[in-house]
Amino acid sequence: MRRVVVTGLGMVSPLADGVEATWERLLAGQSGAGLIQKFDTSEVVTKYACEVPLGDGTNGTFNSDTYMAAKEQRKVDDFILYGVAAAQQAVHDSGWMPEADADRERTGVMIGSGIGGLQTIAATALLIKEKGPRRVSPFFIPGALINLVSGHVSIRFGFKGPNHAVVTACSTGAHAIGDASRLIMFGDADVMVAGGAESSICEIGIAGFNACKALSTKGESDPTKASRPYDIDRDGFVMGEGAGVVVLEELEHAKARGAKIYAEVLGYGMSGDAYHITAPSETGEGGERSMRAALKNAGLQPSDIDYINAHGTSTMADTIELAAVERLLGDSASRVTMSSTKSSTGHLLGAAGAIEAIFSILAIRDQVAPPTINLDNPAVETLIDLAPNVKVERDITIALSNSFGFGGTNASVVFGKYK
Amino acid sequence: MSDVADRVKKIVVEHLGVEEDKVVENASFIDDLGADSLDTVELVMAFEEEFGIEIPDDAAETIQTFGDAVKHISAAV
Repeated sequence: MRRVVVTGLGMVSPLADGVEATWERLLAGQSGAGLIQKFDTSEVVTKYACEVPLGDGTNGTFNSDTYMAAKEQRKVDDFILYGVAAAQQAVHDSGWMPEADADRERTGVMIGSGIGGLQTIAATALLIKEKGPRRVSPFFIPGALINLVSGHVSIRFGFKGPNHAVVTACSTGAHAIGDASRLIMFGDADVMVAGGAESSICEIGIAGFNACKALSTKGESDPTKASRPYDIDRDGFVMGEGAGVVVLEELEHAKARGAKIYAEVLGYGMSGDAYHITAPSETGEGGERSMRAALKNAGLQPSDIDYINAHGTSTMADTIELAAVERLLGDSASRVTMSSTKSSTGHLLGAAGAIEAIFSILAIRDQVAPPTINLDNPAVETLIDLAPNVKVERDITIALSNSFGFGGTNASVVFGKYK
Repeated sequence: MSDVADRVKKIVVEHLGVEEDKVVENASFIDDLGADSLDTVELVMAFEEEFGIEIPDDAAETIQTFGDAVKHISAAV
C-alpha cells in the first residue's frame, strides 16, 4: 500500500486564525471561550461559546477579507468561509499549487462539515415566512451545502481530482482525513486536501444542542472555565467553530518535490456503536474498537502509543472514553499522555477531528503534549497522564486522535513521526 | 442621472463588487461586470425589493445591461 504523509496544515480556530498562533495559545493553556457575540442570546439557555476571534488580521484575529472577496462572502455560510480559509493556509503551507492538468487531476479535496449552513438555512426559513419563497436567494442552496467547501477549494486552486465531503457529525474531520488518506493509498489521487469546517454558533444551533442537554450551562460567570474535560464539575460541551485542513500526499510524490513532511498517516479505524442516537455505549466499546482498528491498520500495538488527543468533550462521556482507552492500553497506561484540547478550543463539531489531528501532528513535531485545561478535580483516578493544566514535554513518536459523533459513529487516526 | 439610475447603480456596485464608473449605460452584467447567471437572478431580486415591483422571469431575461435595468424599472414604477 502507498504511504501517505502530511505536507500542509491550515486552521481557523477560536484561539486564533492560523496554525502556529493557535498552537502557541493552546500550549500556553489559553481558552477561546467567551460570551457569544454573533447573535442576541437573551432567549437561549447557554450564552457562551468559543467563537473565532474576528478582527483586522493582527494578533491572531480572523480577517475574512484576507481569504474571500466581500461580494463572495455574502454568498456563503461562515462554515464555507472558514473551510476555504483553512484550505488556503494548508495549500500555501504545502507549496503544492500545480499548474499542469495532469497534476491537478491527481489532486482532490475532501472537506466535510457536521451540520453545514445551519444559520443560513434558519435565516432563509425566516425570510420565506416573512416575504415568501420568491425572495429566496439563488445563493441559498450553494451557500449552505456541506460539499461546497470542497467545491470552492477545487475551483480556487484548480484541483480536479476526487471531490468529496464527509458528514459524520463530530467525527467528520477525522473521517475526512482517514478517508482521504485511503484514496491516496488506493491510487485515486496523489494529493488530497482534507478536513472539516463548522459554524453552528447561532440561535437554532445553540437551542438545538441545549435541547439535547449536551451543552454546558453553568459557566456563564467565567466561560473560560466552562469546558473542563474529566473534571468533576464538567456539565456539557462548549460549542466552538472554525476549520482545520491538512494536505495529505503520497510519500514518493512529496519526496520528489522536496516537500516539508510533518508526519505520516499510519493508521485509520472506524466503528459504529449501534446503541443510541446521541449517547455513546455505556462501556465505550465502540470507541475501543475504533482505536483497535486504527492500530491494527497501522501495524502497531497499544504499547506503541505516546500521545492520545481524546474526543473528551467535557460531558459525562469523557470517563467512558477514558475507560475504553485504559482497557486498550492495559499495562502501558502509565506511560501515555492523553489530553482533551477541547478544554481550550471548545467543541468544533465537524471540524474538531481535523484541528485535533493537526494538534496531534504538531505534538509529534514539537515533542510536546498540549494540556487539558480546567482539570482541577479529576472525576476518576487514572494511571494515564491527562496533562492537567500544563503542557507535557515528552517523547512523542506515535499519536492517536479520537473523534466520536452522534449516531454512534467513531473514528481514530494514528499519526507517526516520519522516518 | 435619474433617481432610479442612481439606486440601480448602487445595487449593482454592492452586489457585483465593481467600481461605480464601470457601471455605464451599455455595461453588460455578465460580459463587462463579472456576473454569472446566479448573480443576475440575485440582482433582479434586489431590484424588485428596492423598487417594490415584480419583474416576471421572461422580462428578467431581457435585462442584460445596466441601461436595460434602468429602462425596465423606470417603466414599471
